Amino acid sequence: MLKSFSRYVVYDLLNLEKGSHFSDALEFFIYDTLKIFILLAVIIFIVSFVRSFFPPEKTKRYLSHKKEFIGNVLAALLGVVTPFCSCSAVPLFIGFVESGVPLGVTFSFLISSPMVNEVALVMLFGLFGWKIAFLYLVTGLTVAIFGGIVIGRLKLEKYVEEYVFKIKTGEAEIISPTFKERIAYAKFNTFDIIRKVWLFILIAIGIGGFIHGYVPQDFLVKYAGKDNFFSVPIAVALGVPLYSNAAGVIPIVYALMQKGLSLGTVLAFMMAVTALSLPEMIILRKVLRPKLLYIFVGIMTVTIIFVGYMFNIIL
Amino acid sequence: MEILVLGPGCENCKKLYETVKKAMAELSIDGDVKKVEDIAEIMKYTMNTPALVVNGKLVHSGKPLPDVEKVKKLIS
Repeated sequence: MLKSFSRYVVYDLLNLEKGSHFSDALEFFIYDTLKIFILLAVIIFIVSFVRSFFPPEKTKRYLSHKKEFIGNVLAALLGVVTPFCSCSAVPLFIGFVESGVPLGVTFSFLISSPMVNEVALVMLFGLFGWKIAFLYLVTGLTVAIFGGIVIGRLKLEKYVEEYVFKIKTGEAEIISPTFKERIAYAKFNTFDIIRKVWLFILIAIGIGGFIHGYVPQDFLVKYAGKDNFFSVPIAVALGVPLYSNAAGVIPIVYALMQKGLSLGTVLAFMMAVTALSLPEMIILRKVLRPKLLYIFVGIMTVTIIFVGYMFNIIL
Repeated sequence: MEILVLGPGCENCKKLYETVKKAMAELSIDGDVKKVEDIAEIMKYTMNTPALVVNGKLVHSGKPLPDVEKVKKLIS
């Protein structure tokens, strides 16, 4: 239905010539844009509604004094559904550690929360299909669980800034919203997120369409195909500074994939964009000593590169 | 009346601060709105910022931010 609508706009309403580069590109642009925005609205709404059931205080209680593995799995899953403002990563970290959530479990939460986010999943689902979105979800959770377990095993508590353990936290009572409030919250959040990302997405779909129409097929195979050993580490290195634009990066990556970029490289890039961001490192430096921060970045980088190679080999 | 806006100073915290100011102006309440950015102070009330404290009681925490109408109810 969306396909015929975009065809109708391009060929009947605008009366453009069939088969030209421009009308092809425009048809793709309209189709992708409509599809992505409809998906975004529906999925963000559902995710936000679910999130209203998992305020950070509740999550903290679930995770307190949990054992390795079970705790890490739970933390990675809760990381997906617990809403929090990026500015509260530090208070959240302190609150978790303070109430007896093990360090490794806390990290599983902090890794999965930005990486497995609904905007990234919608973009992957809309452009690459549900299989790749699902693959990303499962891999993201695995990376979060694994990273947290490794950090837990290394016994790095001494590299958490000392003042963290001295802060006394007040026990906030959990205010449970009504059904109506949850719906209002979900609606508000949907508009809020779309307002923040729509321009990036439009520009990116535009660039993607341009690449689609004008860059020759197989352009990237030589440089970024499966067989180039360095394509994965380079993709990860490029992904770190590109933080807030996860939504905008994906359509471009999608177009590049059609020109020969391999899937493992794409997934590694996506994970680096979302999980390893410079602003977040700066925020976390407030509670982590440099050594722990380096170890965290090191583990994440190695794991993500490994994931990239693995998918390049098996797919 | 003592009103505190808690948050380490991100975009959302500033927005909440502005909203509270506006709500107070509309209700013509005289009072002091203080921004609290010190983590230890914030943690006394909540770990979920941005948050709003009225006369020592936590009335809102985290996302989404309340709008002007909601804040009016919370502070009056």
